[in-house]
Amino acid sequence: MMDYMDTVGRIFDIQRFSVHDGPGIRTIVFLKGCFLRCRWCCNPESQQYEIEQMESGGRMKTIGRDVTAREVMDEVLKDRIYYRRSGGGLTISGGEALRQPEFASALLRAAKENGISTAVESTGCAPFEKIQMLLPNLDLYLMDIKHINPDKHKEFTGGSNRLILENAPKIAREAKKLIIRVPVIPTFNDTPQEIGEIAKFAVSLPGVEEIHLLPYHRLGQDKYKGLGREYLMKGIEPPSNDKMQMLRDTAEGFGLKAQIGG
Amino acid sequence: MSGFYTDSIDKSPRIQRLVDHLFEKTPEIEADRAVLLTESYRQTEGEPTITRRAKAFKHILENIPITIRPDELIVGSTTKSSRSCQVFPEFSCDWLEKEFDTIATRSADPFYISEETKKALAQVYKYWRGKTTSELAAEYMTPEARLAIEHNIFTPGNYFYNGVGHVTVNYAKVLKIGYEGIIEEAKEVLSGLRPGDSEFAQKSHFLNAVIMSCRAVCDYAKRYAALARQEADRETNPQRKKELLQIAENCDRVPAKGASSFYEACQSFWFVQMLIQTESSGHSISPGRFDQYMYPYFKADLERGAITREFAQELMDCLWVKMNDLSKVRDAASAEGFAGYSMFQNLIAGGQDSEGLDATNDLSFMCIEASIHVQLPQPSLSVRVWNGTPHEFMIKAAELTRIGIGLPAYYNDEVIVPALVNRGLTLADARDYNIIGCVEPQKAGKTDGWHDAAFFNMCRPLEMVFSNGIDAGKQISIKTGDVTSFKTFDEFYDAYKAQMKYMIELMVNAINAIDVAHAERCPLPYLSSMIEDCIGRCKTVQEGGAVYNFTGPQGFGIANMTDSLWAVKILVFDQKKYTLAEFRDALDNNFGKGISSGKAQQITAAIVAELARRGKKLDEKGIAEIYKTVMENQTPSDKKVMYDALLGDIQDLPKYGNDIHEVDSFARDVAYTYTKPVEYYKNPRGGQYQAGLYPVSANVPLGAQTGATPDGRLAGTPIADGVSPAAGRDTHGPTAACNSVSKLDHFIASNGTLFNMKFHPSALAGRSGIESFINLIRGYFDQKGSHMQFNVVSRETLLDAQKNPEKYRSLVVRVAGYSALFTTLSRSLQDDIISRTEQTAQ
Repeated sequence: MMDYMDTVGRIFDIQRFSVHDGPGIRTIVFLKGCFLRCRWCCNPESQQYEIEQMESGGRMKTIGRDVTAREVMDEVLKDRIYYRRSGGGLTISGGEALRQPEFASALLRAAKENGISTAVESTGCAPFEKIQMLLPNLDLYLMDIKHINPDKHKEFTGGSNRLILENAPKIAREAKKLIIRVPVIPTFNDTPQEIGEIAKFAVSLPGVEEIHLLPYHRLGQDKYKGLGREYLMKGIEPPSNDKMQMLRDTAEGFGLKAQIGG
Repeated sequence: MSGFYTDSIDKSPRIQRLVDHLFEKTPEIEADRAVLLTESYRQTEGEPTITRRAKAFKHILENIPITIRPDELIVGSTTKSSRSCQVFPEFSCDWLEKEFDTIATRSADPFYISEETKKALAQVYKYWRGKTTSELAAEYMTPEARLAIEHNIFTPGNYFYNGVGHVTVNYAKVLKIGYEGIIEEAKEVLSGLRPGDSEFAQKSHFLNAVIMSCRAVCDYAKRYAALARQEADRETNPQRKKELLQIAENCDRVPAKGASSFYEACQSFWFVQMLIQTESSGHSISPGRFDQYMYPYFKADLERGAITREFAQELMDCLWVKMNDLSKVRDAASAEGFAGYSMFQNLIAGGQDSEGLDATNDLSFMCIEASIHVQLPQPSLSVRVWNGTPHEFMIKAAELTRIGIGLPAYYNDEVIVPALVNRGLTLADARDYNIIGCVEPQKAGKTDGWHDAAFFNMCRPLEMVFSNGIDAGKQISIKTGDVTSFKTFDEFYDAYKAQMKYMIELMVNAINAIDVAHAERCPLPYLSSMIEDCIGRCKTVQEGGAVYNFTGPQGFGIANMTDSLWAVKILVFDQKKYTLAEFRDALDNNFGKGISSGKAQQITAAIVAELARRGKKLDEKGIAEIYKTVMENQTPSDKKVMYDALLGDIQDLPKYGNDIHEVDSFARDVAYTYTKPVEYYKNPRGGQYQAGLYPVSANVPLGAQTGATPDGRLAGTPIADGVSPAAGRDTHGPTAACNSVSKLDHFIASNGTLFNMKFHPSALAGRSGIESFINLIRGYFDQKGSHMQFNVVSRETLLDAQKNPEKYRSLVVRVAGYSALFTTLSRSLQDDIISRTEQTAQ
């Protein structure tokens, strides 16, 4: 029988000393491949599963490599001592963890067997059985909910929000901890009404107490050029601090603990 | 909850006025001390050296101009103007005379010098020629050691030109019993001596010198009391008048008697601190555990309602400013190695007591608060961290780090205490350690550590391997064989170790020569009155009077040597992609990146020497022609291709600082090539050598004198500082760098290791930023790293990082929801972050 540590997955980056995606000092493993195509995505190179070339700083870079869970864990466990001090650990991001559920679940299991905290950043946009593969070894589910309106969701992310909204209550019931994250994107969801709708939905989920509002930024812009793709958000300014605070107040009005940023 | 008082205490408006006053004028060289010293010496010709030293010290303190600066609450200045300096011709004088006309305009640490001062000093120097410690030291060194110094393998320049300093005296004792108490002690020992004792002559003269010096200090304070009263008489502002009268009362009592209040303790402390720096020019006079020895006075005053926290803080802030009022002038070369007028007065807060319990108290917090208030480089504030350090203390320290003045430095008790025990300290003494100067641990009041004995450039012996011991055409080191003849990496590595060993021994020879010269010509009776067990043994510190005696020379270049030796191992011996001959050629030609005139001179000299060896003598014109050919020598294009390919291959190799087990383990071994031979040696004071791994700022000037190295470092560029990875080569973030550095053996480098990290202020933003920062330190310390310090960098640095990304590869910035390496971000994002920093500043 194959050891679960031999499970192969496709990643495009590992980032150490990350302190904003889950508690403490963490290492983020970025999985390649996503179900959605959000226009603002700051990691466009994460979207397609296929290994691709991206121009960066005048050099062509290969994006994506296939690795075993063991290889990833060798890297992740290098910072074990900092996890122990800070309560940190592994965060799986992407891309979308649910695009590679066997691999993601192998990583989470390995992390738990090594006694470190686990988190995923995910849209929950997959059949619930796939999500259930992750839950037994997951401490924190950071779930993106971008919009309640199905049409607008489809328009800006290329995908339906039906599964997301269906899965959310199930995740809330079965996950150890669920935090809702909202990328706040001007022209898409940055009105008090739209944020309010998401907050209202979030507060209806059993056990959910927290919401993170992540202001839009343009950090990925250059990567689109590097991939030879068009950046559809050109000319859109990040939301002001005042606006973010106003939206935070809106979310808090629904009885949630809201914070700006991760 | 803990019982600490953790609230911020407001900064008194007085403090900013004192700081502003400090920077009103350019620092100046003053001649008073040198003139008085020489006057006294002329009168004591033929008397025992120790007596002459005491008489000279007394003569200086009786006559040197004294001044109370505006608004001061703590008085005592070594110079008439702020941040100025006296000179100390008994250690060396030639260099200053040579620099009379350039010192005001030199790049590192310029000083104004008046024509009058020049004239007075020129007069003084006539007397001192042939009588200085440096001249005697040079006499004592072997010719080989002098040659190695000339060729910049190592430099013992600090103690060669200056006093030694690098000490923490028993402040607690002076605060408690005053100099009158110390005089009593000396008298008691004196009365126990029998005229027939074999060493009666030396011992009695030493004790009398101690008594005379301590009395001189008491009388000096009385001069300040009188001056304060005079000024009070003239003062029209009633508040200031009251302050001056209080100052007079303080100086009546201390440091002659024990302090009876926190204010008196501060004043007494200051006289000790400044007068050690009047007796000798040694720097790194480190106040040590100020929060410990001052605490009883603070606590008593607070409990009896005699002081407010605000006033206690104001007094400490005043002391912090005073420590920036002291300065010293160094020769041009040393000034570059110790750039920034630094006096390295290391003051440390927190840590354990001698029984191993946590000793953090309210004053520990106030020490940090004082540095936040004054935002000046002195004192060099440090904090001790151990497993039991209160978290709120770490937070207070991190808040200071966040300001971005590079303070405090963090030290790990869990490494330093056992490392000192390994050097023979008792456990109680080791637990009570403090830091001297940069990073050097020792036990206060019992140690003469010679902590900055020399800087040893670990890159130069590797050059000697490639040249078979020849530098600039001259055989300056041993022959380890033609480099192209080595068949295995072990042979090559053994040659490096042999070159290291040879040069280390010469360095020891040079340092010991200087040590003996200080003992013979400049014993220090005043300093010795405050170091155990000088009075008991009736010996000065310089003659081995201290309980613990060490010599600590520093090696630097670990990162460059690790990456260099690794490159040779992989590319020459494992992959067989290049030969050692090709490496040697590439290094000699600086990888085809052009050579400096200095290097061209060296190559010319080598060619000339080679021709001479073959019997061909050249005249000046012939030499000039060769030089011209060397300078103009264009790299042939086929060579250039090879150099570029080699550089590219070197670049692709794994480097120290990225948490790669094989490389980091190798670094540990490379560090041993310095630390292990060093600890084999003994000094003339009966103590052991112990290595440190840090360069102060010498990695830059000494890098300028170092050729290209096999790690791809170009000739003349800086060498990596301390145990930090080479600049820009650690690209896997702070935890990876920490893990790499922690792989070195920090216990054996018991004279200290130095690990620098750069952060952007945003990485420490908010409570969670601070928590992560503290956990990073904790994680490094859990893995037995010894020291860490942080540059929290500014917008200017970020702009420079855009221009020179290769220098800033490990700069951490907080981006939006995450932290990242600045240079890995896109240009537009970098701009974004820079503009955001501006917003923060508003």
